[in-house]
Amino acid sequence: MKTRLLVCALLGSVSLMAQDYFPKNDGVKTKNNNYTAFTNAKIYVTPTNIIQNGTLLIKNGKVVQVGKSINVPSNAVVEDLGGKTIYPSFIDVFSGFGVKMPEKPKSRGRSAQYDASREGFYWNDHIMPENMAIAKFSYDTKKAKELRKLGFGVVNAHIQDGIARGSGVLVALNDQGNASQRILDDKSGQYFSFTRSIAKLQSYPTSLMGTTSLLRQMYHDMNWYGQGNVDTKDRSLEALIANKGLKQIIDAGENGNVLRADKIGDQFGIQYAIVAGGDEYEYIEDVKGTNATLIVPINFPKAYDVSNPYEAEFVTLKDMRHWNLAPSNPKVLEDNKVPFSLTLHGLKSSKDFKSKLMKAISYGLSKTKALEALTTVPAQILGKSSEIGTLQPNKEANFLITSGDIFEKGTILYENWVQGNRNIIANRNQKDVNGDYNLNVGGTTYKMSLTGEIGKTKVTVEQDSKKLDSKVNYESNWLNVSFTNENGESFRMISLVDSATDNLSGKLVLPNGNESTFTAIKTSTPEKKSNANSSKDSPETVALTYPNVGFGHTQKAVQEDMLFKNATVWTGNEILENTDVLVKGGKISKVGQNLSGGRAKVIDASGKHLTAGIIDEHSHIAGLSINEAGHNSSAEVRMTDVIDPKDIDIYRNLGGGVTTIQLLHGSANPIGGQSAIIRLKWGENADGLIFPNMPKFIKFALGENVKQSNWQSFARFPQTRMGVEQVFVDYFQRAKEYDTKKKAGQPIRYDEEMEVLAEILNGERFISCHSYVQSEINMLMKVAEKFDFTVATFTHILEGYKVADKMAKHGVGGSTFSDWWAYKYEVNDAIPYNAAIMASQGVTVAINSDDAEMSRRLNQEAGKTVKYGGMSEIEAWKTVTLNPAKLLHIDDRVGSIEVGKDADLALWNDHPMSVYAKAEKTIIEGAVYFDLEKDKLLRQAVQKERSQLISMMLNEKEKGAQMQGPKQNKKEKFHCDSL
Amino acid sequence: MKSIKNITFVLSLLVFKIGFSQQTPAREQSKAITIKGATAHIGDGTIKENCTLVFEDGKITAFGGPETATKGQVIDATGQHIYPGFIAPGKSLGLIEVNAVRASNDQDEIGDIIPHVRSIIAYNAESKVVESMRPNGVLLGQITPKGGRISGTSTIVQFDAWNWEDAAVKTDDGIHLNWPTTFRRGRWWVGEPRGFLPNKKYNEQVSEVNTFMHNAKAYGKGKEEEEEVNLAFGAMQGVFDGSQHLYVYANTEKEIKDAVTYCKKAGATDIVLVGGYHAHKVIEFLKENNIPVLVNYTHTLPRFDDDDYDFTYKLPKILVDGGLLVGLQNATASNFQTRNLPFYAGQVVAQGLDKEKALQLLTGNTAKILGIDGNYGTLAVGKSATLFVSEGDALDMRTNKLSRAFIDGRDISLETHQTELWKRYMGKYEGK
Repeated sequence: MKTRLLVCALLGSVSLMAQDYFPKNDGVKTKNNNYTAFTNAKIYVTPTNIIQNGTLLIKNGKVVQVGKSINVPSNAVVEDLGGKTIYPSFIDVFSGFGVKMPEKPKSRGRSAQYDASREGFYWNDHIMPENMAIAKFSYDTKKAKELRKLGFGVVNAHIQDGIARGSGVLVALNDQGNASQRILDDKSGQYFSFTRSIAKLQSYPTSLMGTTSLLRQMYHDMNWYGQGNVDTKDRSLEALIANKGLKQIIDAGENGNVLRADKIGDQFGIQYAIVAGGDEYEYIEDVKGTNATLIVPINFPKAYDVSNPYEAEFVTLKDMRHWNLAPSNPKVLEDNKVPFSLTLHGLKSSKDFKSKLMKAISYGLSKTKALEALTTVPAQILGKSSEIGTLQPNKEANFLITSGDIFEKGTILYENWVQGNRNIIANRNQKDVNGDYNLNVGGTTYKMSLTGEIGKTKVTVEQDSKKLDSKVNYESNWLNVSFTNENGESFRMISLVDSATDNLSGKLVLPNGNESTFTAIKTSTPEKKSNANSSKDSPETVALTYPNVGFGHTQKAVQEDMLFKNATVWTGNEILENTDVLVKGGKISKVGQNLSGGRAKVIDASGKHLTAGIIDEHSHIAGLSINEAGHNSSAEVRMTDVIDPKDIDIYRNLGGGVTTIQLLHGSANPIGGQSAIIRLKWGENADGLIFPNMPKFIKFALGENVKQSNWQSFARFPQTRMGVEQVFVDYFQRAKEYDTKKKAGQPIRYDEEMEVLAEILNGERFISCHSYVQSEINMLMKVAEKFDFTVATFTHILEGYKVADKMAKHGVGGSTFSDWWAYKYEVNDAIPYNAAIMASQGVTVAINSDDAEMSRRLNQEAGKTVKYGGMSEIEAWKTVTLNPAKLLHIDDRVGSIEVGKDADLALWNDHPMSVYAKAEKTIIEGAVYFDLEKDKLLRQAVQKERSQLISMMLNEKEKGAQMQGPKQNKKEKFHCDSL
Repeated sequence: MKSIKNITFVLSLLVFKIGFSQQTPAREQSKAITIKGATAHIGDGTIKENCTLVFEDGKITAFGGPETATKGQVIDATGQHIYPGFIAPGKSLGLIEVNAVRASNDQDEIGDIIPHVRSIIAYNAESKVVESMRPNGVLLGQITPKGGRISGTSTIVQFDAWNWEDAAVKTDDGIHLNWPTTFRRGRWWVGEPRGFLPNKKYNEQVSEVNTFMHNAKAYGKGKEEEEEVNLAFGAMQGVFDGSQHLYVYANTEKEIKDAVTYCKKAGATDIVLVGGYHAHKVIEFLKENNIPVLVNYTHTLPRFDDDDYDFTYKLPKILVDGGLLVGLQNATASNFQTRNLPFYAGQVVAQGLDKEKALQLLTGNTAKILGIDGNYGTLAVGKSATLFVSEGDALDMRTNKLSRAFIDGRDISLETHQTELWKRYMGKYEGK
């Protein structure tokens, strides 16, 4: 009762405080300038400045003073906390509080929407920096209550939709105030993400690489617009310019996106605070290198239900390991001194917040860091350290009163004060009645025990060790118990708990309705769990591997010097029997007979074949996305932005002797994206895979895919091969004009797409073009000749044999399938003799895969050129080694065994083009990335670790933890036309 | 690219040249032919070196060493190899020509349980894809409808024919049942994760199949009293009376065990397991139930990230070593890939399986499993002269080079649409 009055009083005072100059017609003006003093408390002024037995003095919603010996003014209401603890309340930087999410529109037919739907804004609908959370904001009392219960006092909310999302709003969760008080900042932080708007249908970008390109172009356009170069009005760019001074926050997520985000920021001089994905422990060194402050979710995955062994097979080691290690993510960040805040973002239910937080702490996150991550760091990310996050004078009086250490399990959060307003979570004046009692009722003694948290008290009543039906309610120190005994007699009791005694007594209503009294004598008090849970064993965690998936190496592969003795060596131009090859410093050092290698490791290769590692000119493994299908030209997108170094197909390719691949954009568009030429250095990060001084390539495509012939799409230009030519002519002409202006020093809008196309015209970037029928092949050569450049490679090129003479004359190479055909109309005339015919006319010919399965046995595919068309074995072998190296302009470094070239090698147990051959070792720059013997050990390790994790998860299930159903997260296997 | 599943085919009335592409079928064998001096790979796990093989009227009449008398035309194949024609089970060859062209697609009829749908009448004996099988030694195939729960009835054909009646070797040989899967792919377009989720409808789907089979069986028993014909029930009768095989496509342990147990209980007499990704875990069970396996081809990726990288390569070997009767199929691959059947077997040799045993996976074993071993699958006196001569080891792509091929003794052409284009364009460049 008292409490309620107090709340009312405060309510009145608050509404007056901020609206001083408003007329008042419902009473007289009153103002409460009293102080509130919280005494006898342990106060966390900051996470590291802790005052024992101190006093916190607040007034008008702000902290006035905090300390050990404070003179409490006479006009102060004193709250004696009797040893309870005060913390600054929590802050969430990444919230959707009170901001309605836009809805997914009903799809308008099956035709893609290519153009923007808005007028006067940016050309892309997913860029909405003009959005302001404040405009959509509506205070959500119910959600506020939920958040306060978790300990939050302030959140920064934004519209969580789109790639550029506009500004946020900083809100105190103060139910008793109004917007004039609780909105701390109506333009707080500018938000970005890698996710398209769900409300917008514009096709571009369809992929992660498109998104990164779009963000870059957006900043270029901002600068161009900002310099006054644009005559028309763009409200998006104006907002972007206006928001420059705000804190910049980007929702990146997992799979290396933190690095992707940081890279964009680096290019434009922006240091984002980055919302992480929870898997940063896997690549912590790289994360550390960003110098970014992270906003880290704690949505640790639930254990998989693996109790059914058939179903358990579907769960990958990678996912089980992430379950095991994800809770250590905050600890790893702390250990590596990466600054971070924690967020509720990503949690399915905010109720899990405390348990997940406790889990992170049990995995080694220090309590100080945890508190910082919830108070000072988020305040700092938002640039609001002077207002929120600690309990220093003049800051918002946002704090929590708890029974003790807030990061312990049994600790009760009593009150969450926001802007000087009390919000009761649990009654701190309510006596703890938990314990066992001898209950004397009507001459009989029953055993009664009370358990549970405040507000959720539970009761059991026993008669002669038999449990009786019983009910309890305990609120505001009033205890109300009823039960029915074995004879079916019901008793009701009510008692106002007396703080002076542990025993209970009060009114009893007997079965016959007569009133009497009861007593309950306490026999035992539940043992307080000792706070010293440091003795608890820290949870069992498995070791990371490189990469952190099944078959990852326990140590990264390192370069070693080695001497292959007595091998059959396929140098590239000849086959040498009984020959030695010395590898030193990652290079081929010597090729000859009876070599000695000093301290180099000797490998007996007698009876074995040593060749250059296989090079796949056309691959789609190790990519997170393949097609940016939103535009018919996507020259601006980069496969280097989406390399996935954890793809198991990298390891499988190594098992087939493959060392280098060109990760190509798909064939959805006439002008595709920029290639990544990567080495299969299993265990290195994305950048570590990229071929040094990577030659610049780009994917083009012709035919059915770019015409969208094989799916329902009739809206996009081109629909015919005639149109395809016009796309090229148009883009090259524009690029030429762009380049001319640029070279003349005229001001130009920096256009990522035109830059790339100009590189082609300037002979700095090379085209690998997906192609099938002779007409289109001929066409592209003519377009290139018109613009005075040479097409580097036609890939697929299944009718290359029909125009092989023209190709040789133009100087273009051909990278083809060994024997694929009949899957589309345009491959009707595809023949397996294609490679042999093209080669016979002087075209440099490679055999490629475009397929994760075929790529791991390209040696066999090369063998097929011997069968079909009778290529010599040396020429046949070149189709997967030296020739693709030539096509990729890396033949000075790889592709053959020659002194001075990089030691990218495969050791085979049989003729390398035989179906019977196995790669025994696959070596890149002198480091062994695949070894058949080591593979055996890895298999055992995978099995062992799977069983270990499965039994840990079963344990978790038996302990009653929430589980998730077994499932297999599988990466899509990409081909050219994967969307 | 080769995936035909995720593409919505254009409803197109494209008319393109399909006709008159096939080589003219060879004439009936009119005189005896002898092949001499080659190493014969018999298809039963053994070889015969320097053999003499005679066939007349389409049948092998003599097969022995150099001492055997030659007859009629003598082909000196010294240093070369003779193989029985390879057999491709579970294929829709001749039912679809170009995957992406809907008008050319006759492999998948609508309806979920349609055993009465028969492949043979749609089989295009003049398919350019079919003829491309022959230069690699694939001479016979089981033409199989695709899709649904029970896809229909297959027929075994030989690959050199004027029309489907000529082609048929064993008409309506079996019914094809795609057993429900315990896990299904997430429908990512409605927000489910990519990858696999437990199939919650598994039991319901199993029950549907089971109910259908029991009803079909009951229908057969009560045929006399039944006045109305039920085509679907009627089509199943061969499965119960031993005249047709039941090909059950199943992969995981539970699926395999359920499939065999339910189908047996329902009264199927000759069950063949097709696929069998986890068959190695239930070898004893399969043996007890006498179930042969048409195992999935080797040139596929492991299904699970934690599987050994070479798991698909070695699975057939594990099953053979376990004592099962095993053949190889590439039912899920595009039809054009079926000419690579010999190399799928070669891949198992690389994992340590004996070469002749690997050969059985395409010949003797497959014929036995399909029930055509009376005539095909091995080289033996009295059997059909369906065989070929290769200059080298036919299981290795470098050396698989056919010099001659015969189907039922007929001297078939090894030319194709593809060799013709090769010759035409080489002729252009060489000025011929």
